[in-house]
Amino acid sequence: MMEVLSSGPLVTVQDDGRPGHLAQGLARGGAADALARLEARALLDEIGAGIEIPGAPLRLRLHVPALIALTGAPMRADAAGRRLLWNAAHALAEGDVLDLKPSGEGAYSYLHVEGGFDTDTVMGSRTAHLIAGIGMPLAAGDTLPCAASRGSDRKIVPIPRLGGGMLRLVPTPQTRLFPKGERDRFEATTFTRDPRGNRQGVRLAFEGEGFATEGQLNLLSDFILPGDVQMTGDGVPYILGPECQTTGGYPRIGTVIGADLPRALQARPGAALTFRFVTVDEARAATHRRPAATPLVRSPAEVADLGAMQLVSGVVSARMEDE
Amino acid sequence: MTETFPRIEPLGEAALLVRFAARLDDAANRACVAFRAALEAEPLPGVVETASSLGSVLVRVEGDPGTVDAALRDRLAAMDWARVPPPPRRLWTIPCSYGGEDGPQLAEAAGLAGLSPEDAVAALSSARVRVLALGFAPGMPYLGILPEAWDLPRQTGLTPKVPEGALVVAVRQLVLFGTSAPTGWRQVGRTAFGCFRPDRPRPIALSPGDEVTFPAVSPDELRTRAEADAEGHGGAKCEVME
Repeated sequence: MMEVLSSGPLVTVQDDGRPGHLAQGLARGGAADALARLEARALLDEIGAGIEIPGAPLRLRLHVPALIALTGAPMRADAAGRRLLWNAAHALAEGDVLDLKPSGEGAYSYLHVEGGFDTDTVMGSRTAHLIAGIGMPLAAGDTLPCAASRGSDRKIVPIPRLGGGMLRLVPTPQTRLFPKGERDRFEATTFTRDPRGNRQGVRLAFEGEGFATEGQLNLLSDFILPGDVQMTGDGVPYILGPECQTTGGYPRIGTVIGADLPRALQARPGAALTFRFVTVDEARAATHRRPAATPLVRSPAEVADLGAMQLVSGVVSARMEDE
Repeated sequence: MTETFPRIEPLGEAALLVRFAARLDDAANRACVAFRAALEAEPLPGVVETASSLGSVLVRVEGDPGTVDAALRDRLAAMDWARVPPPPRRLWTIPCSYGGEDGPQLAEAAGLAGLSPEDAVAALSSARVRVLALGFAPGMPYLGILPEAWDLPRQTGLTPKVPEGALVVAVRQLVLFGTSAPTGWRQVGRTAFGCFRPDRPRPIALSPGDEVTFPAVSPDELRTRAEADAEGHGGAKCEVME
């Protein structure tokens, strides 16, 4: 078991989500950065449910020895008087206090433990879905059941995805509602990730007119999936995340492919994002391989750089707009 | 743009969308519900999830969606899905407080529909609508189809937040908000109906095909009846229709 000593806002238990309820309007949810779970799987045998940390501090006390994995947005991690390398697995002892602080890079950090956290399941998953009223953010005094585990420290080279960049899109059934000139302008525009964003979606800021279709205020509401880039009434795009609404009436100009969605959601406010349309075949071919874990031999060069420490979160509590 | 329906097109990289109509259409919506029910009753290999919306059916696929395309086309062509008889359904009577603080945009919506606020309440409180789809938030219904006069566009600017239970109107439909959220629809009333309660024996109350009316009650009566309703249905009644 681990005990929460203190937690910043919106730290939640997340797994691969709760699929199968789209017909009832319940989004799958799950970790915002699926690659962080892929990396955790490279570091541990069985990751189960982990903890997602959206740029917030977290302190935990271990009541069992545990092999943990730290992936996603790097944090300053300390335990038992030593600095822990990020993108690595560490064997910690019973009684150790794990202290995690945001480092200012990326938006979502992940803590997994060998075997996973054995918290309550709702409709087949441990994933918190706060917008739907499932689960609660972690708070001081919470206990997170987990089995004792042991193993050797190891590390991975993370899949690059922090700091924004180019996102590949596949067309949606509404893409053709945007005139070609608007689609071209969309691909030519450099957007920045707006401060308004959360697990439901992130707003994009840009210079120029909004992106519009004919009659977009009267579209028939239709299915939405995570990764959809939705234009609200004023033509401002949002990239939708794991807790997005399941249907909506504003048109989607494209869908960020699964391989690039973690890059979109890990972008911090101010990060530059651009888009390029690809085919479904290209999207399906663009999958990430699980990285190989290698033994961790601690040396000074591997200690995380504490240079530009900053405690500002990349995620704020701003509800996405939609219907 | 000319389009023929039903049509199948990719949705993202791991799903197909079977679309029965581009515009709101009662027969197309009935076809969606029936086609989805048939896919659930006799699943196609490779299909991992299906869902129906107002005018389409989502078919989520494990692996390459292209491999499911042909079988889906055959299934689609097998019959006229709009003519499949509906499954047993229920009639919900959900009390609603219209106008005032509970429906701040009643007058605006009524004006767009060419009605006085009083006539708008009379029309909405007597309308019998069908759950066309559940979506947006868990258990949250899209209801219709309202008469032509209610074909109101969504707002260009968004209402920053409507409360859970808000009854909003646009595009010949009502939506009963299952969560507090921003919206481009106009709020005409408020109910105390809980669309989704994870701790209820039946967490999601409504099903596509259910019929619903929203009789007018005073703000006080709405709250009194809601407090007396331990199930979180806001004083609603539910009966099975013959």
